[in-house]
Amino acid sequence: MAAGTVSTVRTEKPRSALALPVIILAFLAAMFVWMGFTQFLNALTLGAVYALVALGYTMVYGIIELINFAHGDVFMVATFVTMFVSGTILNQKEGIYGIPQLILSLVIVFAVTISIMAIIGAVIERFAYRPLRRAPKLAPLITAIGVSFILQNIIQYLVGPYTYNVPQLFPVDWAVMVGETRVPFLNIFVITVAVSLMALLQLFISRTRTGKAMRTTSMDRDASSLMGVNIDRTIMITFLIGSGLAGAAGVIHGLYYGNTNFQVGFQSGLKAFTAAVLGGIGNTAGAALGGFIIAFVEVGAVVLGFSRWGGAVVFSLLVIFLVFRPTGLLGSHTGDRA
Amino acid sequence: MSRLKLPAPLAALRARMRRHFGAHRTQGVIFAILVIGIALPLLSRVPPFGQLQSINAWTNAFTIAAIYAILAIGLNVVIGFAGLLDLGYAAFFALGGYTYAIVASPFFGIHIPFWPMLIFGAIIGAIFGILLGAPTLRLRGDYLAIVTLGFGEIVPITLLNADKFTAGTIGIGGIDKPQIPGIVEFTLINPWPFYVLIMLMLMLVTVAVFRLEDSKIGRAWEAIREDELAAESSGINTVISKLQAFAVGAAIAGFAGVFNAAKLTIVSPGQFGFVVSVSTLSAVVLGGMGNVVGVGAGAFVIYLIQSIFLKQLNILVSQLGIPILGDIDFLQFQYVLYGVVLVIMMLKRPQGIYPARRRMRTFADSKETAK
Repeated sequence: MAAGTVSTVRTEKPRSALALPVIILAFLAAMFVWMGFTQFLNALTLGAVYALVALGYTMVYGIIELINFAHGDVFMVATFVTMFVSGTILNQKEGIYGIPQLILSLVIVFAVTISIMAIIGAVIERFAYRPLRRAPKLAPLITAIGVSFILQNIIQYLVGPYTYNVPQLFPVDWAVMVGETRVPFLNIFVITVAVSLMALLQLFISRTRTGKAMRTTSMDRDASSLMGVNIDRTIMITFLIGSGLAGAAGVIHGLYYGNTNFQVGFQSGLKAFTAAVLGGIGNTAGAALGGFIIAFVEVGAVVLGFSRWGGAVVFSLLVIFLVFRPTGLLGSHTGDRA
Repeated sequence: MSRLKLPAPLAALRARMRRHFGAHRTQGVIFAILVIGIALPLLSRVPPFGQLQSINAWTNAFTIAAIYAILAIGLNVVIGFAGLLDLGYAAFFALGGYTYAIVASPFFGIHIPFWPMLIFGAIIGAIFGILLGAPTLRLRGDYLAIVTLGFGEIVPITLLNADKFTAGTIGIGGIDKPQIPGIVEFTLINPWPFYVLIMLMLMLVTVAVFRLEDSKIGRAWEAIREDELAAESSGINTVISKLQAFAVGAAIAGFAGVFNAAKLTIVSPGQFGFVVSVSTLSAVVLGGMGNVVGVGAGAFVIYLIQSIFLKQLNILVSQLGIPILGDIDFLQFQYVLYGVVLVIMMLKRPQGIYPARRRMRTFADSKETAK
């Protein structure tokens, strides 16, 4: 799971501390020049969604080595929760809708969605995965597929196979002008929220006792158990946080794209998993990085006129990385067994 | 079964059959499928089954169930024998179907007969299986799952977008039916020739898979499934062996795909979604991974529940006039059903309803072994 320190020690590659930020900045600059500002902003926002979902995949994989196929669908459920909550809020709206009301309703949407998703994630872990913790690896994988299918089709049963509009809480026309280009506040807000959540997660994992417990559990479950770590509780917290982040991603998806359907989790889940592999599975910083890279690849494909093949490109990237560099860009703690 | 008291001559016959088919499994399989193939249509005439739907509708349902049974037996080679989770199995089914559709329909104006294409569809399936497997089978099992999941997603997308070759969303229609001139005519109305053909195909696949299971290759698969490291150190080339399992599974799917295309006379990307892979997987899990007879039966059960039982439940509930239940469309629950089957079976009975003897060892945890 972990924080940078873990992966650096394991991969044992002395690397200048500055190298990575410099590469990232150079990459961003090149993308900015190439695709233009609007698409660049678009990619950054999409990247925020992928990164938040990828974090859930990578945290769970890091700690129990399970590809949680249901995670993409947790994200999908979150977009629907967002839809209902913001719809309810907008119905309550009376009179003027000023900045204090906006902030309050955004806080409510995020808080409600994140809590509901965190609980759903923990419930899934408790009833579907925990009983299989000592079972052969095929068993939890198949269960995860089953859970994913159940979530998807319960939502389809409840709301039908249509694409829904998510009510717009955030005024879309708010923007600042930078020179001649228009920068919507929505993008700035979304990216800020996502980046702060990722930073908070890093701090949580590297600084708190629970974070330390998560790191040790991912390294050696039995040894950490002997050291007094409550394994069940730690794994449950991992699911709570991972699903909560997927909840946040769902809110952002709802706010930014303004629509959702019951299949949105499958494709996004696959892409977010690719992001997690790209960054080095089990490595949270890597997952965030991978999310943005995948988004840039996808938006890049759109810029080049291959929008229909975006999924195929991302998937090829997944296969290439799995074959040639299964440890991902930043190295993963489990990659050596790939 | 064994506690059932039979009259002496019948008991003797049973004992003789057991001894004979125990020694000659191929003959046993052929005999069993013959019996089932004859019994199913007869059974569907008997009340209450006869009243549910017409005999032709039953025969069609059995034909499609048998296609699923072949798919399940093929997927079982990959999952049950070799222990590799393939979540994109429908892609090979699609490739087989499209291969036949492209060379035997008015779309390109080519009309290659059905029979050689049946073999060729299997070969195409195997080729794609090897192409996908060669780079990815070196990976750990769970990575393979996600790669196959992606592959299962990409193939329909490609079929959708490469509209010059596949007619996009509409799909390729008017596919040629099989022909045996002068003996039997395959038509849309008469389901019997297709039924007989699919039963023969099921027989062929089952015999082939049984023989593979007992062969050196099959034993290598089992060894890899139980302990890959030990298998490798015993001199098994694990990559080649897994590739064989993958290719055999894909070939069976391609084989079934050709028949499916000829039976439906149309292929379109929508037929080969993730749902097909998952329903096949649930048939395998229900029947017990590694158990050829079990997964075949599992496919029949899954298909008949979704296509007949749920429909009848709808009719029954609306006839009874129970207020709330009447509004529920039970057919919509079929997909949830797959998910529930996967989760419940894995939690409660991972070895399947009727487990294979060999397979039991894998899923017996330490507690059970101690007994």
